[in-house]
Amino acid sequence: MPLLKIQQLIKRYTAPGGEAQTVLDVPEFTLDAGQQVALHGSSGTGKTTFLNCIAGILRADQGDIELAGQNMALASEGQRDQLRAQHIGYIFQTFNLLQGYTCLENVLLGMSFYGQANIQAAAAILKRVGLSDRMDYRPSELSVGQQQRVAVARALANRPQLVLADEPTGNLDSQNAREALQLIREVCEENQAALLLVSHDQAVLDQFEDSLDLAELNQAAREVAK
Amino acid sequence: MTIWMIIRNSLRHHALSTGITAVSIGLGCGLLMSVWVVNFQTQRAFKNVTGGFDSILGPRGSQLQLVLNSLFHMDSSPGLVKAFDYRLFREKYKRFYNRAVPIAVGDNLKGYRIVGTTLELFEVEHSPGQKYELADGEKFIQNETQWNKEAVIGHTVAAQLGLGINDTFQPYHGLNFTEGQMPHKDIYSVTGILKPSGTPADRVIWIPIEGLQQMDGHDPRFAGDVSAVLIQMSDNTTARAFGMNSLDSIYNKGTDHLTFVKSNEDVVARLFDQFAWAESVLRWVAYLVAVVAAAGVLASIYNTMNERRREFAILRALGARRSTIFSVIVLESATIAALGVLIGFAVYAIILLAAEGTLRNEIGVSLHPMEPHKVMLIVPVVMVAFGALVGIIPAAKAYGTDVSKNLTPQS
Repeated sequence: MPLLKIQQLIKRYTAPGGEAQTVLDVPEFTLDAGQQVALHGSSGTGKTTFLNCIAGILRADQGDIELAGQNMALASEGQRDQLRAQHIGYIFQTFNLLQGYTCLENVLLGMSFYGQANIQAAAAILKRVGLSDRMDYRPSELSVGQQQRVAVARALANRPQLVLADEPTGNLDSQNAREALQLIREVCEENQAALLLVSHDQAVLDQFEDSLDLAELNQAAREVAK
Repeated sequence: MTIWMIIRNSLRHHALSTGITAVSIGLGCGLLMSVWVVNFQTQRAFKNVTGGFDSILGPRGSQLQLVLNSLFHMDSSPGLVKAFDYRLFREKYKRFYNRAVPIAVGDNLKGYRIVGTTLELFEVEHSPGQKYELADGEKFIQNETQWNKEAVIGHTVAAQLGLGINDTFQPYHGLNFTEGQMPHKDIYSVTGILKPSGTPADRVIWIPIEGLQQMDGHDPRFAGDVSAVLIQMSDNTTARAFGMNSLDSIYNKGTDHLTFVKSNEDVVARLFDQFAWAESVLRWVAYLVAVVAAAGVLASIYNTMNERRREFAILRALGARRSTIFSVIVLESATIAALGVLIGFAVYAIILLAAEGTLRNEIGVSLHPMEPHKVMLIVPVVMVAFGALVGIIPAAKAYGTDVSKNLTPQS
C-alpha cells in the first residue's frame, strides 16, 4: 500500500474576473514509503499548489489524497493540521525560518504541534545537519546554506513519513545546492521518510531516479499549454 | 511550552511597545487599587481615631471643627468651654459617662501642638486593647496639690524635633509656628516619650492642663476654661444611648454657647461623605486609565498583525491549528496585561507608601500598605481578563490568516 495515493484531485481558483479556473487536475499519483521522487515543470504548472494540497494547507475541491491511510481531502481543517504536524515535513524555497527564534527553537517548533517538543532530539537533528555549534544563532546570523540546513532539520524533526520540498535549492548557489540536496536525501533516507521534491533545476533532477513532469500529471496544466 | 515560547519571542521582539503598554496598564491598575485601598484605609483609620472617646463637649460651633481640633489636633480651636460649664457637666451628668477628660490648646512647639490635659487621658484605651504607652521616661507630675512644668511627647515629635528625656523647651503661643516668634517664658522639660500609636497623638506634646491654662502670657481670666471635654460614655448600652440623646438635647438644643458631638465616628463619616465626589472622580479617572491601557494592548498587538502574518502562516504550515494561533494572541494580550499588573503592584506600593508617609507626618494617622484587600485580587484578575478580551480582536485576524498566500515573503 503506497504512503501517498492521490486520485482525481482537482483544485480550482477563482480568477479575478470571478470565473473558476482549474489549476490542478491530477487523475492519479502515488508515492511509496521511503521513495524519493522529483517533480519538475515550468512556471504555472501548479507545483506549489500540488504540494500545498498534499500538505493540507489548501483544500482540494475534488478527489482523494490518502496519506498514511487517512484521506486528507475529506478531513476538516483541524484534522488536516494534525495530519500535517504528524506525517509531513515541509521544506520551502525561502526556508521560512522564524526570524525571532534561534535555530534550536525553530527545530523545536517543528516538533511542537504533534507530540512533545524534545530539546535533546532537536539538538541531535541539528548536529546531524552540521549545526551543533549554531543552535543558539538566529537565522539572520547564518549563511544561506546554513539556513537551509536548519529548514531541513526542522522538517525532519518530528520524524515525518513524508517530506515535501518546494524548490529547496532555488535560493542556493550550485555548491550549496548540491550539498543541501545530498543532505535532504540522506536525512530522509536515514529517517525512512518519503521525499517529494519540486524543482526546475536540471542538475537537481538528474540526481533522482524517479523524476516526473508535473505538466504530464496535471491535465489542467496540459490544457493551459494547449 | 510552545505557546509560551511563541509569546515570549513576540514580547521580546516588540519589547518597546510591550513595555509602554504594560506601564500604562500598570498605572491604571496601580491607580485603581490605590484609590480603593487609600479610601478604605483612610476612612477606617480616621473613624478609628476617636482616642477611645465617644463624644465631645466643646464651645458652640461646627461639630467637625470640634472633632478635628480635639481628636486630630488639626484645624483651629472653636473657642473655650467656660470653667463653670465644665464643672457643671462633670458634676451634673456624671451618670452618663465613665470618663470626661478636659483638653486645652493654644500653644505649639515648632508647629507641633501642645495639649494640656490630665493623666486620665493615658488611662483610656485609644484603640481596642491599646493605651498610650511610654517608650522612655515617665508621665508628668499632676495631682490635686501639684503639677510640674513637664511634658510627655509623641513619638513623631521626639523624632522630628530631636527631643529626649530631660530636654527642655519653651512653648510658642498659637497653634501655628511663625519663624521669629518669641516663645513663652515657661520652660518645660521632657519626662516621657510615647511609643508610636499610629494616631494623631504621635504628633502632640502633652502637658498638665494647668500648665497651658496658666502659661505665661495667657489671660488669667480664662485660666479655668478648657478647649473641649473628651467623653467616654457609660458602658451600659441603655444608659449610653440615653446619655447621648439627653446631652444632645441639653447642649445642642438647650444652650447657645456649647456643642455636644454625639458620635465622633458619625462626624468623621460625614466628613468623608462630603468628599465622596473626589473619591468618585479619582476612581473614574483610574477606570479611564485602565480602559485606555487596555485599548493600548489592543492597538499594540493589532498593529503587529500584518508583520506577523508570515509567522502565523509558517506556524500553520508546521501543523499549528487556527485555534493555537488564536490562543497565542489572546494569551499574549493577557500576558501584557499581567506584566502591567505586576507594574501596577509597584505603582500601588509607591502611592500607598507616599500616602502613608504623608498621612503619618501630617496627621499622625497610619495606613497599612501591605495589608491585603479584596480589590488587590479583583483588579488584577479583571485587568488580565480584560487584556485577554481585547486580544480576541487581533486574535480573530490572526485566526483568519491565509496560509498559502502568506508563506512566501512579501516585499
